[in-house]
Amino acid sequence: MDTMFVRGLKRKCFDGEEDIEGTLAGIKAIPSYNLQRQSLLDMSLVKLQLCHMLVEPNLCRSVLIANTVRQIQEEMTQDGTWQMINTQSTGQASLDRLVSTDILCRSSRDQAEGKHVPAYSTFNKDFECDQAQDSSETMSTASSVQAPRSLQSNVWEMENPQENKGNFQKSLDQIFETLENKSPNSVEDLFSEVDNSYYDLDTMLTGMMSNTKMGHCDSLETFSSPTNTASNSNCKSDLNDLDHIVEILVES
Amino acid sequence: MAGAGGGNDIQWCFSQVKGAVDDDVAEADIISTVEFNHSGELLATGDKGGRVVIFQQEQENKTQSHSRGEYNVYSTFQSHEPEFDYLKSLEIEEKINKIRWLPQKNAAQFLLSTNDKTIKLWKISERDKRPEGYNLKEEDGRYRDPTTVTTLRVPVFRPMDLMVEASPRRIFANAHTYHINSISINSDYETYLSADDLRINLWHLEITDRSFNIVDIKPANMEELTEVITAAEFHPNSCSTFVYSSSKGTIRLCDMRASALCDRHSKLFEEPEDPSNRSFFSEIISSISDVKFSHSGRYMMTRDYLSVKIWDLNMENRPVETYQVHEYLRSKLCSLYENDCIFDKFECCWNGSDSIVMTGSYNNFFRMFDRNSKRDVTLEASRENNKPRTVLKPRKVCASGKRKKDEISVDSLDFNKKILHTAWHPKENIIAVATTNNLYIFQDKMN
Repeated sequence: MDTMFVRGLKRKCFDGEEDIEGTLAGIKAIPSYNLQRQSLLDMSLVKLQLCHMLVEPNLCRSVLIANTVRQIQEEMTQDGTWQMINTQSTGQASLDRLVSTDILCRSSRDQAEGKHVPAYSTFNKDFECDQAQDSSETMSTASSVQAPRSLQSNVWEMENPQENKGNFQKSLDQIFETLENKSPNSVEDLFSEVDNSYYDLDTMLTGMMSNTKMGHCDSLETFSSPTNTASNSNCKSDLNDLDHIVEILVES
Repeated sequence: MAGAGGGNDIQWCFSQVKGAVDDDVAEADIISTVEFNHSGELLATGDKGGRVVIFQQEQENKTQSHSRGEYNVYSTFQSHEPEFDYLKSLEIEEKINKIRWLPQKNAAQFLLSTNDKTIKLWKISERDKRPEGYNLKEEDGRYRDPTTVTTLRVPVFRPMDLMVEASPRRIFANAHTYHINSISINSDYETYLSADDLRINLWHLEITDRSFNIVDIKPANMEELTEVITAAEFHPNSCSTFVYSSSKGTIRLCDMRASALCDRHSKLFEEPEDPSNRSFFSEIISSISDVKFSHSGRYMMTRDYLSVKIWDLNMENRPVETYQVHEYLRSKLCSLYENDCIFDKFECCWNGSDSIVMTGSYNNFFRMFDRNSKRDVTLEASRENNKPRTVLKPRKVCASGKRKKDEISVDSLDFNKKILHTAWHPKENIIAVATTNNLYIFQDKMN
């Protein structure tokens, strides 16, 4: 486990001096192991949440990413870094890096087609389903913040590691429930509402959307919950909004 | 292998390329599957737009003894259409995930094609004669006034231009909740299996309204899901045996005689992890993207992200052969994870005699491994080598250090140009290699 990202770079611990030594020993300007691991975690969580609007996410890919997230979580728990409160500046820095590399990593074809439009309608409909079932539970743990930490304006606060581990697990689990068939209870969810601000790409990435309702799956806390719109036009409005977004992306 | 000299090495030559020349690829034209039929005379491709294109090999020209027949378009049809699942508010893609041919039993050809949810049995038949001389109809089809009919004649068949018709004979629908990744026809030629992420179903080719579920790995609680099925195939000779591979790098061999639900495997093939190579990406790169039995049925081949492994069915604890496809990518896994390339599903195939295996890579490179000589070669599918009977030059990727002339450095590889689908003619040294939207056909140099 020593050579996670870069060969020869020692794993970091909290000792500042070792950090400096390690940095010098490695190639210059390579982020510390913890930072890289954190970035991988953030990236993974964003990947889990981004999905194509109209087509089901690939289950294999989601399972592999979720397993990676679990591995990181386990290692961080063993490390004790799970409890660490990171500074806001670190969070912002990794967000910027995350966003910029995301754009760079898209193929030019995808960019031209505006294909990888992050859209949350599918997930959020499904999460409404879970919310209906789990609302009482999630309400009580709403105060803890999960990843993507950097999309939240505050920091990755851990109230206590056990509870947060549970929430983290729950957020992973809820992601999985979304990938399954909707349960029969979700009939009312079909008529529930979608907040159009989902589809504002800039807002989503800069995490400026405020939480109008808490109590959702923790990992999607930053994406605002559904507000009231006409239920019957759900599909149509989704499609219209997607067209609108694609138009914007393609024209830009 | 090409270029290496030696009497047994194959020299691969460009033969044909199919598809648009444009660099601007229409999404619907992206090739998603390639498959030769059992005789090799027909070559089918499926694309993202739900179309199937079948090429037929010309009869060998006696005067042109230095090349085999060319493949020309034989039939094109729309196999699957986009659908909308109203309950989930999700589109069902029309992309053809797999095509499998049935062995030919009569004049018509049959193939199975599948998208994420529905499998269809298509009959492709030729019509080169038509009846003429009806009594009640004119030649153009209009009905004659019966009072004008004064004599009777027997209609006769007259030759017409060859017409190839494709018609759907069976539609096997509504049996898969998750996305179908594999179909495989049993050696009994009566049944076949279809596998999605969590389940495998057994069908009879004649019966469309029900199927048997033979594998189900869906956990009672979806929160506990950590592994999915990635590929499945029937044994080529034993009609009760099949294998399925998983996202954790395991292959399970099941015997349908053991129980109705084959959740307990007869054999589990898994190679222990190399601890020195462990990273956060270990599991992802161990995920098996394709599994193929050898023609003999003695071996099976698996493809994971970085390697191809050959397993002896009698030995479960490790593969008998391992070939590195592009080990130079191991140090780039983080970037490949970031741009999602790490999830690319490469396929692999055997040659007719099971002596060489082939798989694709990036930059439109594809690799072949000779199991006997242990030599390997990297070739490129590119329009630059366009002249027929041009021998392909072996390519080399420079992993690190000083780049030699003609080598390509890892950083210059184009990760958008990936060869995921390849096929080898069952009898000859003819291969079909699919780039994003082009199909290349290469043959060995005949002297």
